[in-house]
Parts: sequence; structure tokens; C-alpha cells
Amino acid sequence: MNTTAENVSTQIEHAIHTRSLNLWYGTFQALFDVNLDIKQGIITSLIGPSGCGKSTFLRSVNRINERLGYVRTEGLIEVMGQNVYDENVELVQVRKQVGMVFQRPNPLPISIRDNIIFGHRLHTEGRKPSISEQDDIIEAALRKVLLWDKVKDRLNSKATELSLEEQQKLCIARLLPVKPSVLLMDEPCSALDPKGTEAVEELIWDLRGEYTILIVTHNMAQARRASEECIFMLMGKVIEHTATEAMFVTPEHKETADYIEGRYG
Amino acid sequence: MFEISELNKRNRKTQKLFQILFMMMTLLLITPVLIILGTLIYKGGSIISVDFLFTHPTDGMTAGGIFPALFGTVWIVAVALLASVPIGVAAAIYLSEYAPDNWLTRIINLAIINLAGVPSIVHALFGVGAFVIFFKFGTSILAASLTLAIMTLPVVIVASRESLQAVPKAFREACWNMGATRWQTIRRVVLPNAVSGILTGVILEVSRTTGETAPIMFTGAAFFLPFLPQSVFDQTMALSLHLFVVSTQVPGVPEELPYGVALVLIAMVLLMNSISIAFRMYLRGKKKW
Ligand SMILES: Nc1ncnc2c1ncn2[C@@H]1O[C@H](COP(=O)(O)OP(=O)(O)OP(=O)(O)O)[C@@H](O)[C@H]1O
Ligand SMILES: [Mg+2]
Repeated sequence: MNTTAENVSTQIEHAIHTRSLNLWYGTFQALFDVNLDIKQGIITSLIGPSGCGKSTFLRSVNRINERLGYVRTEGLIEVMGQNVYDENVELVQVRKQVGMVFQRPNPLPISIRDNIIFGHRLHTEGRKPSISEQDDIIEAALRKVLLWDKVKDRLNSKATELSLEEQQKLCIARLLPVKPSVLLMDEPCSALDPKGTEAVEELIWDLRGEYTILIVTHNMAQARRASEECIFMLMGKVIEHTATEAMFVTPEHKETADYIEGRYG
Repeated sequence: MFEISELNKRNRKTQKLFQILFMMMTLLLITPVLIILGTLIYKGGSIISVDFLFTHPTDGMTAGGIFPALFGTVWIVAVALLASVPIGVAAAIYLSEYAPDNWLTRIINLAIINLAGVPSIVHALFGVGAFVIFFKFGTSILAASLTLAIMTLPVVIVASRESLQAVPKAFREACWNMGATRWQTIRRVVLPNAVSGILTGVILEVSRTTGETAPIMFTGAAFFLPFLPQSVFDQTMALSLHLFVVSTQVPGVPEELPYGVALVLIAMVLLMNSISIAFRMYLRGKKKW
């Protein structure tokens, strides 16, 4: 459908590319010279002790940080080969390309149906999609997150009545109709029980390939199980970025080894 | 092991003492209200009747009903609401959703808080200067209502802004992250979730102006008028001013008349408050988060 986006995605090697990214909250510097190349189409996990800037990095990729008036960003961030800080960049388009999932599931207080179609409707304002078109979109998105069979009979009930696990899946599902190429997930499982965690992890694994996924986690086992590459950050700096297996078996830096073995808590 | 100790006993006594103390304070607080209401009903209740509410005053306002005043008050308050709600809500939306956190915004916020403290007589004089004279509305319902509207704007803004800010940040973030503009976020998520709070807050605040006398006395309310106003450019009688007039300005008024007027005035305010509280309870019950 969106041919340009597909062409781009076949050519680009790195979905996210940053150079000398520095970020300040007021006078407090939260990111230091972050240079990252996050490969397209795979799952990359981002680990590091609390407060090291993981969320900050995620939130600067889709420029949501700017909503806080006192944030200053310097350096280059490219998403799918395009500088998101370019002058002629439309923020709305950036946010469409880059979906975000939060720690606490945040479905809107409307029906399941309306949640899924919400993003799509935002970008088709004026041209109301027909009911059958909407139904197709909703079914496709919910099938993708393995939720369709569970909720197909109650699409009109409140999304906030679902279990946390289902809510989180819904939050992933509602990004899909907008056709993003990158999904940023900030500790998407930390509010879930072990069973829910497993289910959402599986789902994320299934989305691999179609989307570039960057997932923040505090759970070492999860990072190891469910990602192909791994980034370790410490105090606003990237310490190490390698294949996950390599990082866990033969970490290059002492700090990484210490963290993985739980010496930072 | 689980028996009560001396210390437990003492703590218990202290806790009981404070509970009683706080309860007495609460009772003390509502006593004046009850006394006022009781006196009004006792002394003025006998005069209240359908006729009293729906006929004109007669005999130099010493007899007859209060219909023109009641009618005028309803009009003034309604027009004031129509003026202050859109402006106040728009300002609240701007301040809550758009305004950057800078010195200008802080000054505006400060100004709003201070405006709420301006005495009503000052608003009245402003109303005379601005609406009666400068805009040439004359002494009219419009001028009186706009004066009231200006007076209530600060509280309308504060109440609306609070309702807007009560909408969880997570909803806004969810929208922004799907590429919604600020306006789309406001229209589709923030407002639908805040509107109940805004409306009830606003009705509550504005109903308080029902009893205001000073701001309408010079701008649109008349001592006595034989006719009902025909448009917002006419003068009108109003309950609050009528109460002042019959209790201090006219000789030979039967004692129960001012009490009756006061009773109607209070009943109106209480009625509006109860409606807005009931409305709020109903909507809160339906709230989804
Ligand atoms: N809105 C903000 N204003 C000011 N400072 C902030 C803000 N958000 C984060 N910080 C600071 O920036 C640093 C990085 O925070 P960030 O939330 O990115 O850490 P994190 O790695 O995501 O931590 P966690 O694992 O606890 O989520 C912290 O020191 C934090 O105090
Ligand atoms: Mg975080």
C-alpha cells in the first residue's frame, strides 16, 4: 500500500541511527554522545540500571520529549534514513512511523473497537473509512496480537475492562493500523504477571521482521530470550552494543559483566 | 500477648478526644447555615405560593409577587453563563494544554488568581465604564451579565483547568504517540473526559453569582419596573436587588416579604448546586477510570 515506506524499508540497513546525541533536562545532562545503529527488522533490547537514560533515549527517537518545554537535544537522529530533526519534518509523520508502548498499559477509556481504529481515524480525518473497511482493520490488528478470538464478541465494551495483559496487547494492536516501521517499547511487561509477560513476549517475537523493535527491559532473562541485539547503557552513555548472545556470554566491558551478573541491582 | 496495654488505652482516649473535637467543629460550621435556613423558612415560608412566584409586585412593592425579579435573575445568570463558559473554557484549555511553562504563563496564572480576589463593587464600576458607557449597551441585562461574567471568569477558568488536568497524562501520551495533534488529542480524548467536571464546576461557581447585588445594581438591575424586559438591551428587576429594596428602601413592607424573597433566592442557588452535584455524581459513577 504505502510503497515509499516499503521501498525505504528494503533499502535501509539501520532503522534508527544516532550520532553524538546529547540531551539535557534543564541543566541536567541525561544522554552523552549516544552513537547507535539499530538494525532494521530485528528486536534490540536496551538494558541498564534505573536512571541511566533508557526511557529518555526512546522518547527522543519519536521526539515526544519535546513536549516538556525544558528539554534540549543536540546531535543527529535518523529514523529509516531520515533526520527527524530536519526542518521540513512533520512531527505527526514521525510519530506515525515510530509507535510507542508504555510500561503501564494505557488504553483510552473508550471501546476496544474505537481504541484500535483511533490512530487510523486520526490520519484519515475528513475521509471517514467505511464500516467494513474499519472492521477489516480492526480484525487484522487484533489477530496480529493474538487477541481477536478473545475479544471479537465484545468489541464494543470498554478497553479498560480488559486484563492488564490484554490491555497491553491492545496497546500494541492499536499502533499497527497506522503502519509504523519502528516500535519502541518501554518495559512493556513490567506491569504484567509471569504468564502475561510470556504471552506479550511471544507476541513481540512474532512481530519481528515486520517491524524494528527496540525494547527496554530490566529483566535480564527477557533480554536474553527475546532479543537479537542488546544495548547496555550506564549513566547516559552507551557502553556496549552487540549480539545478545555475545553480550551475555562474553561481555566486552567490565561494567556490562557487572550489570548482567546483578551487581548494580 | 494481644491484651490491651496502658499505652494503647491512652492512645485510644486521645484518638477519641480528637474525633469528638473535629466533629464539634463540623457541627459548629453548619449551625449558622441551619439557623439561616430555619429562620427564613419560619418567617418567610408562609408567603411562598405559586402566586407569589408568578405575579408582579403591587402597592409600591409592599404586596404582590416577585415574578419580574425572578425572571430577571434567571436571565442575567443565563446570559452570564453563555458569556463566561466559552471564554473561560477556551482559556482553561489554552492554559492547561498549550501554554508553555514560561514567565508569561506564570503571570497570567497569577493574574487569574488575583482577579478572583477583586471586590465585586470594583467589577461593578468596571462594568459601568466598559459595558454601559464604552460599548453603549446602556444599563441592560447584557451589561449586567457581562459584568457578572467577567467577575466569574477566574473561577470558571480555575475549575475548568482542574478538570482538564485531572485527565490522566497517559491518555494524552497515548494519543501523541499515535501522531495526534494537540487539538485532536483535546477534542477526542481530553475534552470528552473532562466535560462533566467542567460543566458541574462551572454551574457551581456561576450559581454563586445569583445572589450578587453590587455588580448588577449599576449595570442593569432596576429598582422597580412595571414590565418584563423584552430583550437583553432592556433593564430588568433582579431578586438580589429586590431583596435589598424591600428590606431597606420601601416603607410599609410586611415582615414576611423580605424573608420570602431571600428564601426564593437561596432556594434557587441550592437548586442549581444540587443539580450540578447530582449531575457530577451521575457522571462520576459512569466514569471509566
Ligand atoms: N522529565 C524529566 N525531567 C527531569 N529529569 C528527568 C526527566 N525524566 C528523566 N529524568 C532524569 O534523566 C535520567 C534518565 O531517566 P530515564 O527515565 O531515561 O531513565 P531510565 O533508564 O528509563 O530509568 P528506569 O529504568 O528507572 O525507567 C534520570 O536521572 C532521571 O532523573
Ligand atoms: Mg524508564
